Amino acid sequence: MKIGILAVQGDFEAHAAMLQQLGAETREVRTATDLDGCDGLVLPGGESTTQLKFLQEEGLADKIVKFAEHGGAIFGTCAGAILLAKDVKHPAQVSLNLMDMTVVRNAYGRQIASDVVSGPTVLKKGPLEMVFIRGPVIERAGPSVKVLAEYAGKPALVQHENIMAATFHPELTDDTTVHEHFLSLAKARVKKSANGGKSST
Amino acid sequence: MDVKKPNGHGNGSKGSNEWRVKVGLAEMLKGGVIMDVTNAEQAKIAENAGACAVMALERVPSDIRKEGGVARMASIKVIREIMNMVTIPVMAKVRIGHFTEAEVLQALEVDFIDESEVLTPADEENHIWKHDYRVPFVCGARNLGEALRRIAEGAAMIRTKGEAGSGNVVEAVRHMRAIMSQMKKLTTMRDDELMREAKELGAPLELVRQIAKTRRLPVPNFSAGGIATPADAALVRRLGAEAVFVGSGIFKSSDPEARAKAIVKATTHFEDPMAVLEAHEELGEAMRGLDVRQLAEKDLLQTRGW
Repeated sequence: MKIGILAVQGDFEAHAAMLQQLGAETREVRTATDLDGCDGLVLPGGESTTQLKFLQEEGLADKIVKFAEHGGAIFGTCAGAILLAKDVKHPAQVSLNLMDMTVVRNAYGRQIASDVVSGPTVLKKGPLEMVFIRGPVIERAGPSVKVLAEYAGKPALVQHENIMAATFHPELTDDTTVHEHFLSLAKARVKKSANGGKSST
Repeated sequence: MDVKKPNGHGNGSKGSNEWRVKVGLAEMLKGGVIMDVTNAEQAKIAENAGACAVMALERVPSDIRKEGGVARMASIKVIREIMNMVTIPVMAKVRIGHFTEAEVLQALEVDFIDESEVLTPADEENHIWKHDYRVPFVCGARNLGEALRRIAEGAAMIRTKGEAGSGNVVEAVRHMRAIMSQMKKLTTMRDDELMREAKELGAPLELVRQIAKTRRLPVPNFSAGGIATPADAALVRRLGAEAVFVGSGIFKSSDPEARAKAIVKATTHFEDPMAVLEAHEELGEAMRGLDVRQLAEKDLLQTRGW
């Protein structure tokens, strides 16, 4: 299984280290062709304004939307979640519009408000450790969006079919729960396309 | 010290969790370009060009070099205007050892503090004890020993010093090569040799032993000081820098907007010569550079701090 990681700017190495630890092959994605052959894609933390400009200029934005439409698994953390959200506030910003939710940028304040906290999750017993760094808040999650973890009464980890988004950074902890869940989405896709191959022959 | 409580996140973690969010922000800046700006308008240009953060300061290093005088923390009014103008992280510089300037910037809630040799040092013996702050610090280094001393004091990011305001990348290259080769050397040493090497480097043994295993700094390793062109940025990235700072190089060039964009492009695609070539197309004149060998010892900024 091959997971692409958008390596324009941000903590792409931390995601790569965690995914490799879980046995996945990773590839840094900087151009549209880098995404060919990937089963999943991670949009890492970083600066969403910087990343967005790059996606548009490199023609990656359209390619990622198509990747999602064809069932590719996508996981956005922090800035990545902002890129996936349908609506972005504070200030408003265009996005890939792949998840029906409203996200407020830098909602906790500046870096001085960044912190390590924990919140309940459906993915495992006990609380999930969450590293927030100048994090956004999911103000509204659409009816089709599943909430997998919460912090302070707000959705912090959400999923809609093959798309996942976190407002925190599971890649900066030792807990692999969230990435394992993401790999299970990517794996489901591999199986599906393998079956599809068989039935067509 | 009475640190402002984080809004929205309870009381704010202390100790190792506090350290994790400081290094965490540095991680988020990897692969990006941090640009020196002296007003809100420049900050907006930098953000629009794809900067991942801006460094607010009163004068860019090349002007400090030209005009002389004491260079201090920037005016609060200017920093605040910059913070209000952009959504990307805002950094600001304090003088080496000036811990009350640092307290002021923390109270202002800048996102990162640069304890910088570009400003006139306030203390020629001691650097700031950076563990005392909730805001992360970046510090300059010319070699591995200096980098590890700053990390031991609590720096969450290291950048090469280079020779700021020179428009000449030679010193940044020298410093990055020194740090990388000294780390490589540690990986070849026996435990008993590491103690001696720690003494030679003037660095804590614990950090030296850690690098002997991992071959990398425990915090992000960026480059600064003299980067003026897209190819300069790609060069320091190839030598091991995980992101770049560009000071005078952008707003002292003939075409700041285009140059800022081009340097961002080359920093991301540093391994692709075609992309670096594209970044260079249609660029005007770079800032005028200085031959560092012609500078008198007293005019060097990199020798400030230890």
